[in-house]
Amino acid sequence: MSILVNKKSKIICQGITGSQGSFHTEQCIDYGSKVVAGVTPGRGGSEHLGVPVFNTMQDAMRETAADVSMIYVPAPFAADAILEAADSGVQLVVCITEGIPVNDMVRVKSALRDYDCRLIGPNCPGIITPGECKIGIMPGFIHKKGRIGVISRSGTLTYEAVYQTTINGLGQSTCVGIGGDPVRGMNFIDCLELFQADDDTDGVIMVGEIGGTDEEAAAAFIHEHMSKPVVAYIAGVTAPPGKRMGHAGAIVAGGKGTAKAKFAALEEAGVATVHSPAELGSKMAEVLGN
Amino acid sequence: MNLHEYQSKRLFADYGIPVPRGIPAATPDEAAQAADTLGGDLWVVKAQVHAGGRGKAGGVKLARSDDEVRAYAKAMLGTQLVTHQSGPEGLPVNIVYVEEGSKIDRELYLSMLVDREASRVAFIASAAGGMDIEKVAEETPEKIFSIAVAPDAGLQDYQCRQLAFGLGLDKKQMRQFSDLLQKLYRLYLDTDASLIEVNPLITTTAGDVLALDAKINIDSNALFRQPKLLELRDTTQEDDKEREAAEHDLNYVSLDGNIACMVNGAGLAMATMDLIKLHGGAPANFLDVGGGATSERVSAAFKLILSNENVEAILVNIFGGIVRCDLIAEGIISAVKEVGVSVPVVVRLEGTNVEKGRKLLADSGLDIITADDLTDAAKKAVAAAA
Repeated sequence: MSILVNKKSKIICQGITGSQGSFHTEQCIDYGSKVVAGVTPGRGGSEHLGVPVFNTMQDAMRETAADVSMIYVPAPFAADAILEAADSGVQLVVCITEGIPVNDMVRVKSALRDYDCRLIGPNCPGIITPGECKIGIMPGFIHKKGRIGVISRSGTLTYEAVYQTTINGLGQSTCVGIGGDPVRGMNFIDCLELFQADDDTDGVIMVGEIGGTDEEAAAAFIHEHMSKPVVAYIAGVTAPPGKRMGHAGAIVAGGKGTAKAKFAALEEAGVATVHSPAELGSKMAEVLGN
Repeated sequence: MNLHEYQSKRLFADYGIPVPRGIPAATPDEAAQAADTLGGDLWVVKAQVHAGGRGKAGGVKLARSDDEVRAYAKAMLGTQLVTHQSGPEGLPVNIVYVEEGSKIDRELYLSMLVDREASRVAFIASAAGGMDIEKVAEETPEKIFSIAVAPDAGLQDYQCRQLAFGLGLDKKQMRQFSDLLQKLYRLYLDTDASLIEVNPLITTTAGDVLALDAKINIDSNALFRQPKLLELRDTTQEDDKEREAAEHDLNYVSLDGNIACMVNGAGLAMATMDLIKLHGGAPANFLDVGGGATSERVSAAFKLILSNENVEAILVNIFGGIVRCDLIAEGIISAVKEVGVSVPVVVRLEGTNVEKGRKLLADSGLDIITADDLTDAAKKAVAAAA
């Protein structure tokens, strides 16, 4: 088991013929992911990376009945691509694209309520179930099949956590990069719930950062609903207020969203926190008694 | 991207939102001329900078004659205005806004932004106008009223009434206020704003609602479809280094420590700053070189970092995923050679081809301190800067 994706997941790539889409889709195929089609408007009927390209998601879904759409469409068109995916009936949309206007995401998020469709991202590395299915831009080789779930708002910082659990032998069940934007699809809570229910996950590493209050909400959820151990780290203790730290969502505004408040909420909820990202793996081993 | 008050008010006026009449001026004579054109016997001279807290900093003055307008404009123009939001160096005053005086009855607060929890655009209003809203939120949260707008339904009348009753507006004001909210909502969406703040929104002694101040921030991610707003950008109000960084696709934020960081990925960049602090040092900057840390970008990043004279050590922390560590090492080596780095450089590489990368650094003959892991890197950088 794992969450959301596995070796059976059939994937369509929206934006497959673009440079980003092309490069990363090839890496996903090399990893063993089952990419079954691509979508680029106007390129329908052609073939790219050995899979058929369709003009619309509707066409691609009719032919392939895929489970996941992976989006590399440029930011100006990405909101439209997400909604096209949802409307085509696909169950999971993973949007890698960075730089989507936030008001577009407000509309998308509201419209998605009408569909039975989950969104991961945007502005995220994607999702991977090691040894089975990689959907996104993360380097596959740092992962190792195992029993730790990883949820993170950041890309490279996720890789740190992943790599540490690979080296110490714990490995990962599934890793979800939920993205660095202020308005996004799945949140910590959505992923925590799935990991709690997943038989193959023994513990969860959660990597948060400044901005918003999702980590505080996660803390309350963990306190009430999680029996599995959670280890958490929050980036941005030294970030000055009012400054956006790279990610659109990483900003302390109006006194809200500080790393200090997030650490405090998590510690109060009984979560094992680490103040150095270098200790995520060792802390997880410690709380699991390994 | 931030807009000036006078630019924001022009947009307000375009949307039929009531604002006092005003004219921007770049010289004292223009300011006096503006007062003359506006007429009346009371004017406000307001320094146009991208920072709040102008009033307390001497950037907003009441004038009762043309000469006073000229004198205040002369005192402000060409200076750096230091407010509690501007940073210690302040921001240059190149424009003053001369506005007709308003007769204030009550001062209210109104703002719009995205409520992250609701994933909706929200209005926040308070009867405590003119004050620091964060302080009000902390000390008297019951004085703050907010509503979130469902994007498909739009702003509803009942939501406007909720805010209006909260603010204690009378019947006529409530009608004006609801109209103003609808127009602001349209403006917010049309301009791809990320923040609109009216502090204060006033009721006049004549009983009308009026936007006495106006601040609009535009979502930088949406500027590709806002060419007209992009023309309003005032680069004199931006941090030089941050602007230069943006031109090289780097994300840079100045801090006041002495250990510069260069990292790939925003989260890891923040975490690197935190690690430096955790081990007793102080980070000089946030710097995300992005996923494709090419030699050209690394060069630009080194130049940027070294233009900060407080820097006494540099910590390079790269997790090479898709990008190979040997390529990154080559980038670092050529950048160090080209730029002529004069302070210790600690490099931590991890990921694809890491051994090759480390060997390249070790064989380069350059004074580069290599680190084995995150903790080791932070400790070595702190020691190097001490």
